[in-house]
Amino acid sequence: MSKKYMRTIWTLFKKELMSYFNSPIAYIFIGVFLVVGNWLFFKSFFLIKEASMRGFFDLLPWMFLFLAPALTMRLWAEEKKQGTIEFLLTLPVTDWQVVLAKFFGALMFMIVTLLLTLTLPITIANLGNVDFGPVIGGYLGAIFLGGAYLSLGLFISSLTKNQIIAFILGLVASFAAFMIGADFILIGAPKFMVPVMSFLGLGNHFYNISKGVIDSKDIIYYGSFIFFFLWMNARIIEARGWK
Amino acid sequence: MIEIKNLSKSFGSTKVLDDISFSVKKGEILGFLGPNGAGKSTTMKIITSFWSPTKGSVEIDGVKTEDDSMQTRSKIGYLPETVPLYDDMRVFEYLKFVAEVRGLEKDKIQARIKEVIEACNLQTVIRKPIEELSKGFRQRVGLAQAIMHEPDILILDEPTTGLDPNQIVEIRELIKKIGKEKTVIFSTHILSEVSATCDRAIIINNGKIIAEGTPAELVHKMGGAEIIYVKIKGKKEDVLHKLKAMENVIKVEEKDRESDDIHGYELTPADGVDLREHLSMLVMNAGWSILEFSKKSISLEDVFIKLTK
Repeated sequence: MSKKYMRTIWTLFKKELMSYFNSPIAYIFIGVFLVVGNWLFFKSFFLIKEASMRGFFDLLPWMFLFLAPALTMRLWAEEKKQGTIEFLLTLPVTDWQVVLAKFFGALMFMIVTLLLTLTLPITIANLGNVDFGPVIGGYLGAIFLGGAYLSLGLFISSLTKNQIIAFILGLVASFAAFMIGADFILIGAPKFMVPVMSFLGLGNHFYNISKGVIDSKDIIYYGSFIFFFLWMNARIIEARGWK
Repeated sequence: MIEIKNLSKSFGSTKVLDDISFSVKKGEILGFLGPNGAGKSTTMKIITSFWSPTKGSVEIDGVKTEDDSMQTRSKIGYLPETVPLYDDMRVFEYLKFVAEVRGLEKDKIQARIKEVIEACNLQTVIRKPIEELSKGFRQRVGLAQAIMHEPDILILDEPTTGLDPNQIVEIRELIKKIGKEKTVIFSTHILSEVSATCDRAIIINNGKIIAEGTPAELVHKMGGAEIIYVKIKGKKEDVLHKLKAMENVIKVEEKDRESDDIHGYELTPADGVDLREHLSMLVMNAGWSILEFSKKSISLEDVFIKLTK
């Protein structure tokens, strides 16, 4: 990959990030995330009396379920609605560059939000002895899980002009991808499907990493999940004008 | 400079473009005329590589868009029909983004943005959020975006729709100014625009080219350049009879009626013949009088209506 190729992605990435922070949605997003996250966590924290962040990381997939589609819903839908897509995709840039920039822009925003929750481990560390393995694993897992949700949401946003539809479909699809490996679903599934579904579900891999066990299997799983939906996204964009 | 060969585009079974071929020379301003839905925007979307054609090819400086669209794209500045602006950015943020993503050198970006701002008269709005701009300013920011990287080719899709008459004149002047050094293709359904700005025009309807040439040529092709209108006081039957008997008159028509013996007539003279002197002599000799006299040119408007009906 040439320097120019990366520079273009960087420019597009900056634009994506800028448009997050230019709109009030970003601040609402961060505000809601921090308030809900902290409140739900501290609600049980003092009851359990345990210096760990397990409660927080158990909640995280559920919060992401709503917040990730909120971040991705406008990424393609709005470009289509405003007509800027016609400008963006006639620039001397490849579809793949645009897809990558959008994905990493959203991911960066999510990482910034996660950084703001670092007050939690700092607080807890002052209250007792924290095992930092699961904390680091939890944050790493959160980034991978967030990335997976975002890639799925981004792909869905490319299918529609309507942000609300993009949000709802993104939520449903993320929910499905998360739940497919959950225990109570697996109980009812045909036996030969159980290992497949358990592997495909987004949740199990997250719980593995957030225990502090970083297995290459989980990393590869998330990597392929993200790549698959980004690739599909690029195909959808490429097929414009073939209705 | 631009070679378009046998371009077709279908969506399912509807053919939007049907085997269009034309070329544009360097430095030319080409007007792309046609009623709404004729295929103007589609052609432009294909030239700019936003869409790919079902059949045919577009060549820019000898390079086919399908072979190396990165190279052809970088030579084109494009203003789509819906002006592509990010409402949440400020004008200078937007222009800076355009300059960067177009790959301008870092140390030249500032200077170039300044030039573009001056060329498009944007000095008063550079700090404003784009969503607060009026339609005229939006259009100008769109144009600024299109010329940012000093492209050889400008493609403007209906750059004057929705503007008020003053703004239309402004944008037209701007196009003319920019068009001095560049190849410009712009589409419109306003005909006076073509006569005012273009070197050459292509009229397109239902996805096909139906006429091509300079505005004057197009008018000429439609048969006869001018019509004489004359209002004569005299008995209608006699006047009609004598006018029809005149030399070099192809057609006489009664146009309107003011009173019993005052009528307006339209005469179509044979190609290139000046009828005026003959006509006044005839009227004098017959003892009538001329109350009104005018020469009417067939406008591009008439050509357009005739061709696209």
